Order: sequence, then structure tokens, then C-alpha cells
Amino acid sequence: MSKRVLLGLLLACGLTASALAQEPKTGGVINAVIQPEPPGLMLAMIQNGPTQMVSGNIFEGLLRYSPKLEPQPELAESWSISEDAKTYTFKLRKDVTWHDGKPFTAADVLFSIEMLKQTHARARANLVQVDKIEAPDDYTVVFTLKQPFGPFLGIFEVGSMPMVPKHLYEGTDWKTNPYNNAPVGTGPFMFKEWQKGSFIRLVKNPNYYEKGKPYIDEIYWQIIPDAAARSVAYETGKVDVLPGGSVENFDVPRLSKLKDTCVTGAGWEFFSPLAWLWLNNRQGPLADKRVRQAIMYAIDRDFAKDVIWNGLGKVATGPSASTIKYYTDDVPKYPYDPAKAKALLKEAGYKGEKIRLLLLAYGETWQRWGEAVKQNLMDVGMNIETISTDVAGGNQKIGDWDFDIAFTYLYQYGDPALGVGRNYVSSNIAKGQVFNNAEGYTNPEIDKLFADGAVATPDSKRKEIYDKAQKILVEDVPVAWLLELQFPTITRCKVKNLITTGIGVNDGFKDAWLEK
Amino acid sequence: MKQFCTSMLKSPSGVIGLIILLLAISVAVFGPLLFPNSPWRMVQRPFLPPFTLSTVPLGTDALGRDVFAGMIFGARVSLLVGLVSTLAALVVGVPIGAMAGYFGGKVDDALMRFTEFFQTIPSFALAIVLVAILQPSIYSIVASIAVVSWPPVARLVRGEVLSLRTREYVQAAVVTGQSNSWIILREILPNALSPVIVLASLMVATAILLESSLSFLGLGDPNLISWGYMVGAGRTVIRQAWWITVFPGVAILICVLGLNLIGEGLNDALNPRLSREGR
Repeated sequence: MSKRVLLGLLLACGLTASALAQEPKTGGVINAVIQPEPPGLMLAMIQNGPTQMVSGNIFEGLLRYSPKLEPQPELAESWSISEDAKTYTFKLRKDVTWHDGKPFTAADVLFSIEMLKQTHARARANLVQVDKIEAPDDYTVVFTLKQPFGPFLGIFEVGSMPMVPKHLYEGTDWKTNPYNNAPVGTGPFMFKEWQKGSFIRLVKNPNYYEKGKPYIDEIYWQIIPDAAARSVAYETGKVDVLPGGSVENFDVPRLSKLKDTCVTGAGWEFFSPLAWLWLNNRQGPLADKRVRQAIMYAIDRDFAKDVIWNGLGKVATGPSASTIKYYTDDVPKYPYDPAKAKALLKEAGYKGEKIRLLLLAYGETWQRWGEAVKQNLMDVGMNIETISTDVAGGNQKIGDWDFDIAFTYLYQYGDPALGVGRNYVSSNIAKGQVFNNAEGYTNPEIDKLFADGAVATPDSKRKEIYDKAQKILVEDVPVAWLLELQFPTITRCKVKNLITTGIGVNDGFKDAWLEK
Repeated sequence: MKQFCTSMLKSPSGVIGLIILLLAISVAVFGPLLFPNSPWRMVQRPFLPPFTLSTVPLGTDALGRDVFAGMIFGARVSLLVGLVSTLAALVVGVPIGAMAGYFGGKVDDALMRFTEFFQTIPSFALAIVLVAILQPSIYSIVASIAVVSWPPVARLVRGEVLSLRTREYVQAAVVTGQSNSWIILREILPNALSPVIVLASLMVATAILLESSLSFLGLGDPNLISWGYMVGAGRTVIRQAWWITVFPGVAILICVLGLNLIGEGLNDALNPRLSREGR
């Protein structure tokens, strides 16, 4: 079964490659699933996954990112970095207008950033190193940093820093601004209507600055609450695009086999979701490094990939996903080796103390994965008790450090300084919060490496630092890395060029076209 | 007692029910001794259809676990939950009903309003809420099933006691100065027992169904395999692998049917007059 999906992926890759050679055709309507229904579409204030997916086609950022996460021009047509790596100058496109016809200028950029600092937690964190932002003229924006910050060029993606129209938001109460319900952006598609519980309709922006684009006339984002019904909607032809995660994993092989169906795992490189087990380093058997290493040896991660994720994804080698910057696989390896795990447990003097395993309440797949991991650990003699709870309850337990082992997966945002260090540096141990250093790992050397890595120049120096950090972490096993997750996007093959960037469907309709 | 046994054995449904229950109980008790492998162990490739390998006669589930082993271990959990939660419900319901019926007046009013408070809430919804709050575990499941199933017992016992307490032999006991608890325990309850036994046999069936429904919704004890859990876990792949849901589903059906047949047989046996005249 997994082979078939892989084959599907290969086929899909081949098809996109050949699609590039074809001349895009204009026109047509695409029906896509959006799951779940977004709470709102104002991307500057709401950053849920579904909001990013719909609104990423309405709003735009200064930059886009290729699947390899290289910055590409979007609203900024070019940029330059000063010698000391502290001044970034962006030249904006001069032909951009908002959906209501007003021109887009540097004033909008300055306003958007001021607004995002108040409404967007991740943008605020990303901008910490920024000393000042100036606009010497209408089409130039200059960022001056307090100190060089390596990942700086990685923070301009539409979901991380969407541009907001100053003329519609300045001086208003942002939360109650009527344009939140009918967002106005600069993007290839304009908001048309939203029938709650039914669909969201976007239409082509006829004045889009890239001439000829977008090719599609309209997008209907269909809202279908039941997973099985979403699969059926695809099978019956009601929808043509199933974005990653919108159907259950075990339906993927079946849907992939359907006629005229293309499957791809691409389009998640920027997020690079990495699944791991939090291991509570503070107390009990897990405080012993050897027990944590034993867990890595005991878990059959290839089985999880092939059976639970239907062959999608990749076994993780360490704290960084292989798709983000400065990843190295030159680290200690933990193949599935129950005998070695048993030996390590014995060496550590583990005597069958009860260990609690907290599951992640994200549905079927995670439930099954929990059962498989539990069985793996019990097979090497660990005494595991499963705790199941709802998402909020699980977050609370992790935040209160009331767990021994807990499932999770986190986004990495392309750069270790943005999405990796936060989970291992000791300054990020804070009770009551979830996605920080919840495992309670403290290592002054790691703290220093991540602090240096964020501000080091040039890139080769950063690479050296992060190589070292990854080696130390993999040796210490502060958490048990499981898989780099892949959420397959399933489309009718006539939908071409949908996934061309590192955020996939989130800004993909700009380039997409329909074969007739 | 002898009369009871013969009339029980005369009712065909009672006999069939008894056979089914005995079978289920022996599977629950001895099965795990014969098949010591944990039902959670991944033994074969996933989605292996039934009747292809003799080692896994009923096929494997989405993780390659033996469906047959799951059925055997599931019997244990399902029956245990059914019996224990029914016992717990009786322990709560019988005294409340007896006191309400015997003392009458304000005690009756207070106890019955309390009972009605539980009866007005849909029982399955209440069970879900209780399990969700208490975190799913075998204890919270038994407790919540008991909490939602004692009110009918209390109402039934109260009705029986109300009619019995006006009988002469009870009044005689009162006159001779027996204590209230003596009268309730020795004079009234033994005579009120037969409808309670019938009800209890049906309650076991309901409890098994409730546990299955909770497990089906993912609110089962994550450390124990049960039939409901198996149906729930296999439901989403029913189009690819029917056997994961069908076998445990049939097991639930047969077991609940057996208990209902026993209830019917008991009813006939304990109400000889009814069975003789009614049929």
C-alpha cells in the first residue's frame, strides 16, 4: 500500500514537471475542501490553519518561498542586505493595488507591521530583533536590526506577515472593522461571499499586477464537516482539491487510486511539521538519558510511517526536519532495536516503574499511533499506562508538566532559530505554556549554541553551530523524535501548478490553472 | 428454588440465553489463558482478511493486531463492566427505592425528586459527560454507567415496597416491634426481588451496550480492549476492512441478545402465574 502512495507521489512529481512545460490555460472554477471552517478570514488577526489556506490567496506578503525555502519576490521585487547584516532594504513593486483600487505603498507596510505586533504573536516574536523600520520613499522599506539575525529573510511569508490596507484599518477598532468579514488584500483572488457552514467563494482579481495571472476564474472552498463525507465529495466530483489533512490517512491510498487523481506531499516545506514525544526530563526513570535513548530504540518508527501514515512522511533523525535550513543527518542514529533498548533499560536500573503516555486527541491516526507506541514500549519491558483526554486537557497537562511521555507535533518555519531552538533552550521553560521547552531539558551548551546560531554570520558559521547543536541534542534525546509528517494534497490531475511554493495550497492558486 | 429451575429450563428463550451467557463467561474467563498473547500486539501485516491464516483466524486490524485475540479479551472487559456496573447500580438503587417506598411522606418525596433529577437527563449524554470529566478509565466508565442506570431500579423497588408494606405480614412485623431495617431487609425486600432480578439481567445488557457506545466514541479505557472499542476503531476503515467491525459487533449483538433472553426466561420463571395464564 505504501509503495502505491510512493508511486503516486512519483507520478505526481512527474506530472508537475511535465505540466510546467505546458502553456497555462485561462478560465475555470475550482472546488476545494476547507477543513475545518475557518473562524474568520482576517489573516492579520487569525492564524488558524484554514484561515491561512483561504486568506493566503487574498492577502500577500513581501516575499514568497520556494519549496527549498529560498526567498522569492512577491510584493517586494528586490531586496538588499548591508555589509554588517543589520540593514535590510526592500524595494516594493510599483504597480500593486488593493482590491478596492487604492495603490499599495510603503505606508501600508509600516502600518501592517505595527498592527501585526499587536495582533500576531509569532510576528511579534519574529520582529524582536528589529530596531526600527523606515520608509524613505513610497516604494522602499528599510529594516534596521539590533544585531544580525540569520533567519530574518524567512519571516515575510503571507501567513507570518500579511500586508493589511492602511486606508481601511487606520484609526478604526481592528477587532470590529467591517472589512474583517470581507477582507481586502492585494492577492490574486478577491473575497466574494461566505455562506457559513456551506462555502467560501473567491473570484479572480482582474487587476492583478502579474499580467495574465491568476488563471482560475473562481474558487469555491467547500465546508464539509464529516471526514467520510469529504472523501465522498471528492469521489463524486463535487470537489477537485483535498488539501493536506482534510481526509483521514487510511482514505488516502484508496482516493489515490481513483482515475485522474494526483497526490503530492509537497507544499509543507515551510511548516515542516515534526512529530515527537515529549519526554519529561525532570523526574522518574525518564530523567536518565539511557532510558530516553532506550525509548528511541524501542519505537518502530518505520512501522508508524508505513502503516499508520500509509507510507507518507519520513523517519525523523533529530530536532530539525530534513526540509529546513542547516539540517544534518550526521548525528547518532536510533534504528529500531528492541534488544538494545532492553539492555539500556537494564543498565539504567529501570524496574518497571509506571510511565504515563499522554495521547494527542487529533483523531483516529493519533489514537492508533499511541497504541502502537505503547505496544513498542511494553515489548521492551516498560510499564506504560495510556492517558487519553481532549486537546485542551492534553495541553493543560503538558503545560503543567503533569506527564511522563506525550505526543505532539510542531511547525518549524524553515529555520532552526524560528522553529527548533524554542523547544530546547532553558530560557523557554515556562510552566503553563505548551509549545516551549515542555520537557524541561537544560543544557548550557545548547542554550549558547542556539543563542549564537540566531545571530551568527555568515551562513557557514550558522551551519557549523547548528550541526553541533543537533549532534548534542540527538545524543541527549530530550524528546523522542518520531516522524517528519507529510500531509498529502490530493487533486484531480487537471488542476495544474497548484503547489509551487513552500507553503503549498496556502498561496498556490496564484499559479494554478485548469486543463480543459 | 427447584421449581424456579424447572420453569426456567422449560422456557426455551431462557435456555438459549443461559447457554450464550455461559459461553461468553467461559470465553472471558478461560480465553485469555488459552491465548496469552496481548490483543494489542502487532502480529501480522495490517488489514489481513479473515480465514486466510490459521494463526489469526479472524484477520488483523489497521495495525496488524489479531481480531480474534481482541474478541476474547474484549469479552472480559464487556462482561466485567456489565456485571460490576449493574451491581453498583443495584447497591445504590435498591436502598433508595426501599426507603422511599417504606417510609413514604417527605422521605419519599425527597428521594423521588432526587431520582427524577437523574431521570430527566438523557442517560447516555450524562454518561458521556461523566466519563469525559473523570477521564476515561475502567473505573470512571463503571461509575458513570452505574450513575445513569440506578434510577429505574429505585423506581421499581419503591413501587414494589409500596404495595408490599400494606400486606398483613408486614403489618404483623410492625406490631411485633421489629426494627425498620429488619422489616425492610427480611420481610419486604426478599419478596420484591423477582422483578429486580429480571430488571438486573436486562441492565447488564444495557450496560454492555453503554460501554460499547462509550468505547465506540473513543471514551473507553485506553488501556483495555473492548468490543465497542474495536467497532469504533474499525468503523472508519469499514470500506476497506469489514471484518474489524463486524466480528466484535456480532459479539455485542449475541451477548446482549443472550442477556435479554435470560431476562425473558427469568420473568417467566419468577412469575409462574403470569406465564401459565398469559400463554
